[in-house]
Amino acid sequence: MPSETTVNHVVEFPGGYTRSVGPVIGRFLSELRDGRLVGVRTAAGRVLVPPAEYDPETGEDVTGEFVEVGPAGTVTTWSWVPNPAAEHPFDRPFAWALIRPDGADTALLHALDLGVFEAGAKPPKVLKTGMRVRPKYRAERTGTIGDIECFLPEVTMINSPGSLGYRLKGGRALDRFLEGIAEGRIIGQRCPVCEKVIVPMKGFCTRDGVPTTEEVELPDTGTVTTFAVNNIPDPRAPEVPFVSGYVLLDGAGLTMLTLIAGVPADQVRMGMRVKAAWRPREEWDRSMANIRWFEPIDEPDVPFEEIKDFM
Amino acid sequence: MRDVAVVAFAQSHHSGEDQGIAETEMVLPVITEIKERTGLSRFGFTCSGSCDYLQGAPFAFVSALDTLGAWPPISESHVEMDGAWALYEAWVKLQTGQTDTALVYGFGKSSQGDLRAIMGKQLDPYTLAPLGVDQVSMAAMQARAYLEKAGAKEDDLRAVAARSRASGRENPFALHLPDPEGDDYDVAPLHPYDVAPVTDGAAAIVLAAGDKARELCERPAWITGIDHRTEPHALGVRDLTRSEAARIAGEKAGAAGVEVAELHAQFSHEELILREALGLGDGVTVNPSGGALSANPVMAAGLIRIGEAAARVHDGTASRTLGHAASGPCLQQNLVCVMSGEKKNG
Repeated sequence: MPSETTVNHVVEFPGGYTRSVGPVIGRFLSELRDGRLVGVRTAAGRVLVPPAEYDPETGEDVTGEFVEVGPAGTVTTWSWVPNPAAEHPFDRPFAWALIRPDGADTALLHALDLGVFEAGAKPPKVLKTGMRVRPKYRAERTGTIGDIECFLPEVTMINSPGSLGYRLKGGRALDRFLEGIAEGRIIGQRCPVCEKVIVPMKGFCTRDGVPTTEEVELPDTGTVTTFAVNNIPDPRAPEVPFVSGYVLLDGAGLTMLTLIAGVPADQVRMGMRVKAAWRPREEWDRSMANIRWFEPIDEPDVPFEEIKDFM
Repeated sequence: MRDVAVVAFAQSHHSGEDQGIAETEMVLPVITEIKERTGLSRFGFTCSGSCDYLQGAPFAFVSALDTLGAWPPISESHVEMDGAWALYEAWVKLQTGQTDTALVYGFGKSSQGDLRAIMGKQLDPYTLAPLGVDQVSMAAMQARAYLEKAGAKEDDLRAVAARSRASGRENPFALHLPDPEGDDYDVAPLHPYDVAPVTDGAAAIVLAAGDKARELCERPAWITGIDHRTEPHALGVRDLTRSEAARIAGEKAGAAGVEVAELHAQFSHEELILREALGLGDGVTVNPSGGALSANPVMAAGLIRIGEAAARVHDGTASRTLGHAASGPCLQQNLVCVMSGEKKNG
């Protein structure tokens, strides 16, 4: 009959277990308290970090020569802890690594902090054998291996904030175009030479280089000529991925760059028929934002032949 | 050298969870079984392998002696290691000629503590143990180093786990674990199935010398070579991509030409490193028992490898086999025992 009695039992040394460290480990820990990493040289000339009293290859006493190494070092191998245990130094995912400090011939085992990750995260791509790392020392050091809180990757990248403010005026042609938009109308101008309707108009024909004055109002329907699927978030787009595309308004001679929505990104097609999705009238102002984006309408696709010159 | 053989092997039905029995209650049936099998109730020498930290009680191994019937006092020794090293000590004792029989046993109940944290207590107390680094995290560093050097993939590790678990399901004493699945890591690059399961269990072996061996066993598994080697403790001074200690131990013990090898690989990649170190080609059957990946009663798992390899000689399915045991972080220490149906000295 198996026992049903469970006893919670703890083995511990209250106050910890006192150990003499000797002159070699003692020197290492003392230097660590001073914020320096040292190794010891063997008779064969190799530098052991952390130092040992003997050469692991020959068993001979090491020399008395201590050598400052690092602080930077190279990861020789690593493991990634997605779910840390109670005894681990972090309560979020982190790496263990063997790190060979510059100037040393052996590697030191320590924790490597790569930033904040969700529990269970897969190893980040930056974590690689050969990566360069440096110790992060604690401000208050006591002469233990924990005086190094962890290692951190060497700085390989910075992030520069950049923001400049401007006061833009659109010019006369754009002003006139936005005047129409503010009223829910899309206005273009016809070129007197090539007779194409240019929308949004610029006040001249970019093809013939002549001024344009004849206004033409266009419907808010058109055809997608080409498009791109974007995976970087944009405040104007509803979600990622979103589609930006060129729409040839019916009757226009040039395409307009706009967002295309109301359809999954992978279902947008060249030749697809679309219509402007206007914001509610009370939100209109003199801005292209009055049109949120273009959405598909239930009409057959336009054959490629008919749009091929508008790419 | 005296001819010494493994003449009997017994093991518990290992369990992946606490069965509500004390360690002594786990050991007793195995000792009883091996006494019945050999017809011996007293042995010239007894040596056990266990770890007091698994139970969290000093001299926990002493209570296991009560299961032997140790009165009047017996000639006894203990190693705070896997029972495979107890077997080595017993083999040495038999070499002295003082006795002809030896009982060796190992046991471990890892379900009652946090094995990973317990194993951390064996580490260098100055620069390793204070970090809180655990056994699996260190094994994963060795796996990473090996994969990168060998150009092997995580799928190669999964294949080792899949084969081990399939074999384990055929072994009535092992845990019966499902085929590996899932892509979550335990400690990357190791997946949960690459890590030996927490297991409770015990095992015993009887060694006998010369004619006594023939008397006790129809087909003794003669130990033709046994050797163990260790590497430095610090991982940072070792080449983790290979096992020099296993290579030398294998060479000294005569690993070449074995048909079956039972390897104490507690992590999938360790099997690949050990195969290379011991020069085991594709023709060698590795871990037909399922190995430690199917049942890893700590402190008995290495002894079980020797027992399983010996059992293949006992039942005549192989004529030359190898049992391997490992100890310490990342295969630090390796023991290789080569056995044969033929005596070394004819």
